[in-house]
Amino acid sequence: MDNELTALGILFTEFYYWLTVMIMFLIHVGFCTYEVGTSRNKNMMHTLMKNTMLIPLVTVTFFYFGWWIYFAYPNGPGITGGIVDAPHATPWSPLMGPTMNDPDGWARINGVFWAAFLLFSWTAASIVSGSVIERIRSSAFWICAVLIGSVLWIIDASWGWHAEGWMVQLLGYHDAYASGVIHAIAGGFALGILIVLGPRIGKFRPDGTARDIPPSDPWKQVIGLFLIYTGFWGFYVACNVPMWDVQAGDGVFFSSTNIYLAPTTLSAITVNFLMSLSGGLLMGYMCSKGDAFWTYSGGLAGIIAASAGNDLYHPVQALLIGAVGVWIMYKLHYWVERTFKIDDAVGAVAVHGYAGFFGVVIAGFVLWGYPSSPTEGYAAVTPWGQFIGALIMFGLLGLLPGWVMAKILQGFGVLRIPREIEIQGLDFARIEDSEQGDKDLAKAERAEA
Amino acid sequence: MTTANFENWAGNISEIGPIYPFVGSEVLLLIVGVVTWIGWHIWQSINETRTYEEEKQRGKR
Repeated sequence: MDNELTALGILFTEFYYWLTVMIMFLIHVGFCTYEVGTSRNKNMMHTLMKNTMLIPLVTVTFFYFGWWIYFAYPNGPGITGGIVDAPHATPWSPLMGPTMNDPDGWARINGVFWAAFLLFSWTAASIVSGSVIERIRSSAFWICAVLIGSVLWIIDASWGWHAEGWMVQLLGYHDAYASGVIHAIAGGFALGILIVLGPRIGKFRPDGTARDIPPSDPWKQVIGLFLIYTGFWGFYVACNVPMWDVQAGDGVFFSSTNIYLAPTTLSAITVNFLMSLSGGLLMGYMCSKGDAFWTYSGGLAGIIAASAGNDLYHPVQALLIGAVGVWIMYKLHYWVERTFKIDDAVGAVAVHGYAGFFGVVIAGFVLWGYPSSPTEGYAAVTPWGQFIGALIMFGLLGLLPGWVMAKILQGFGVLRIPREIEIQGLDFARIEDSEQGDKDLAKAERAEA
Repeated sequence: MTTANFENWAGNISEIGPIYPFVGSEVLLLIVGVVTWIGWHIWQSINETRTYEEEKQRGKR
């Protein structure tokens, strides 16, 4: 960085991603809050720790191999080429630590860009976490968290969320703010686990109808979702490149871009974020007749449903797509619950999986014929390219590996907690000790008085 | 004695390269890190099983 303008560009970009990371932290605060609010009192602290500890486990593994996968696998490998050399992303690269050898600015950007992707990884694992609460063993969940957070989602990002990903090249796959890349895959993965894991004891009556398992704290649930909205701002901004020369051919034209380096504006995605949130809230309220949890979940699902094309949609398109996506995910949630006896404790499969799947597919119709990339020769956006993309995200990289991993863990007898523990509660010992402590203290207070 | 691979900030900064201690030990650090990660999973799984057994006994009392 030997001139002020270059330095300004690089240091601004470094600061930009750092800021997104800080904002995205709120997503995790939100997930923890609403999971704890959803779980019953007898399981609350265990639920909190299950989600919290995915942070270090996904972080270290994303450092060891997740980051490298993103840069190494855009060709499949074996579809449009081999494994790509990615020396800056290996865990032994000096560029992963503080270094001054920085001819192209990568030493400044590498760490913050890694961290932004890592926060996406936490999100993917956290989506799964909520759906399986109150009966999965923590050890089993954490293996699944590493699989989705540091392997599967980053493979799909390399394929469909990379300027040179094979899905972008061959299918014209367009998923600017990760409807499929994060949400559909995580929802599909959660569904794969849920099929094997089974419902919580008492969730279904003998006649097969579902019981409502009331949350311990509905207020905490919605505050959690509110926090996720807040963190989602950082998520959106982190999906952009803040400043890039997008002029093909002669001349120079600097703009923000999406992850495919195609131009968009921060202003447009801000409007579309709010419009799709609004469409989701309106429809969530309508579908659920004003139920707070589903209204807030509808807001989130509205954003997710419009995310694939929110770099390009008109704001009213974002609003309508958000609303339709929420209607579909809400209906599907209860249909799947009734028909297949799937107990998704927080509706994560619906909010992330179905809304994400819908979001990828609808973008294929609304953005039909749009260039998927500034690179010449790549396929254009099509409904069939997007549909295949959605199947890859939800099914091939989500549901299937989730089901297989759950089957393996079940085979070893380490997937589900013992029945007695599920009935007495995961926090049984803590609650009993706490009650005993209260009694002892009250006795001591009376004695002193 | 220094753990750094440079002595001062004088000269061309970009030629200093990595500024963390023990440059050259990256692969060893990775091995230690991976062993720590896998080891934690194993310890936690054993501990979780033991805890459930204890709590089941406690619940029966």
